[in-house]
Amino acid sequence: MTAMIEAEGLEKRFGPVVAVDDVSLTVARGEVLGFLGPNGAGKSTTMKMIAGYLTPTRGTARLCGHDVLDDPIAVKRRLGYLPEGAPTYPDMTVTAFLDWVAAVRGFRGSDRRSRVERAIGLTSLHDVLYYPIEALSKGFKRRVGLAQALLHDPEVLILDEPTDGLDPNQKHEVRKLITAMAPEKAIIISTHILEEVEAICTRAVVIARGRVVADATPAELAKRSRWHNAVTVVVGADQGEIAAVALRKLEMLGTVEVDARGADGLIALSALARDGAPVEGPVRTALASVGIAPREIFIERGRLDEVFRDLTRREAA
Amino acid sequence: MRTTLIVARRELAAYFATPVAYVFIVIFLVMLGALTFAVGNFFDRGQADLAPFFTFLPWLYLLLIPAITMRLWAEERRAGTIELLLTLPVTMWQAVLGKFLAAWAFAAIALALTFPMVITVNVLGTPDNGVILAGYAGALLIAACYLAIGAALSATTKNQVIAFVLATAACFVFTVFGSPVVAGFLADAVPADVLEAARRISLIGRYESVTRGVIAVRDLVFFATFIGFWLYANAVIVDLRKAG
Repeated sequence: MTAMIEAEGLEKRFGPVVAVDDVSLTVARGEVLGFLGPNGAGKSTTMKMIAGYLTPTRGTARLCGHDVLDDPIAVKRRLGYLPEGAPTYPDMTVTAFLDWVAAVRGFRGSDRRSRVERAIGLTSLHDVLYYPIEALSKGFKRRVGLAQALLHDPEVLILDEPTDGLDPNQKHEVRKLITAMAPEKAIIISTHILEEVEAICTRAVVIARGRVVADATPAELAKRSRWHNAVTVVVGADQGEIAAVALRKLEMLGTVEVDARGADGLIALSALARDGAPVEGPVRTALASVGIAPREIFIERGRLDEVFRDLTRREAA
Repeated sequence: MRTTLIVARRELAAYFATPVAYVFIVIFLVMLGALTFAVGNFFDRGQADLAPFFTFLPWLYLLLIPAITMRLWAEERRAGTIELLLTLPVTMWQAVLGKFLAAWAFAAIALALTFPMVITVNVLGTPDNGVILAGYAGALLIAACYLAIGAALSATTKNQVIAFVLATAACFVFTVFGSPVVAGFLADAVPADVLEAARRISLIGRYESVTRGVIAVRDLVFFATFIGFWLYANAVIVDLRKAG
């Protein structure tokens, strides 16, 4: 695994404000790095520095071995970048815009046409080719931005909130596209949709107040949740009390939460494992001993949203 | 160079993407015609030249050139497309020069559409067409100076109106420094050395000598340096203001 993106001690100050503070990360080919953090945490600023738009106050970044400060043009040739908000020239038509980007990227003649067509195909823009971009919906605008980033089939992709403003179907399409490209490229996406991280990212970096507070796989992050390995069982309405008493007797369980479930009178009991140890077996045994057969039983992997809140709040405190 | 021209081509096309460009050209031609014929007494002078035309041109440019440049960077910054432009494999110089060339080309198109003046004066008399050509060269040069100022100041703000006002004010300063009226007015208050320095960086005196047909190397060097300085300032300002 060779690192295609390497950020080293990136720091950005705006006057007295430290927006990004000593952020280092590496992304290898085949990795999709999810860049997470609350609004204003420094996600976009970090990406802008890696993309060579903002000059870091300290530190530097390398893409495919090219330093962004020493050789910005080499970096920009290898990079597909979707800036925050997917800016495009509103008065141009979709084809004119993509054709212009291809021209700037140095493609000529039939090569340029085929590249533009390929990008249009990848992002399903066929229906809006001759509309001015300003007339398009938010989802189409985002896809035009994405098409622009994919046009030259770059080795490195940095996408700032690629699915923001898309409907669920479009989100799914974009995620599929990213997953399909992932083996060949090094990708960073920023997002605050946690399900997206679980769905497509091989690694997640959480940033808060400009600092990296976690760098792990989504599964590792989920393990930090108190919900990791928690067991939820669904039982009949009359069995709720008995089951709760039986479960609360178990030493290895933390709290047991009881929820009434809708109109059908079922009760859901969630048993949180102490220290995240697997507890499914003991729970089944305990229920069997009081003669209850659960209608449903499922084990949680952990709740990323909760881990995210913990990580980013602790830093704020 | 190729990339610069690709940037310039898009920028020039953007002028004509809205009716604003056509409105601009019409206003430019009508105003210039009115000034030349009505105020400049084109016919009554009884001379076969375009002197009144070239006398009024810089003052009209003062208001119209900032309208060409106000959009260049302010709009990129407002819409966020500057981030797109500067993360494409385009150097800062290519971007600055490309935009400047597009604006200059647009100004040149508007100026070229004044050709009926040349025809008129040639029909009515026998003018020195060499001097008229020199006049057009001077017009292109002073337009380039104003454009370079306006483009640089357009990068200081996200608001086109502010960009317009700043550029007009700056162009005005560089124009009136040379005029005898201002010099006489300031003579008592300002040391003579400062006035002399101000006169030297003023555009209007050099413009007038070029339009009279006196094309001196040091004036050309001055214009080139002046434009170069403002283009450099443009790149510096864009770089400094990227974050905002």
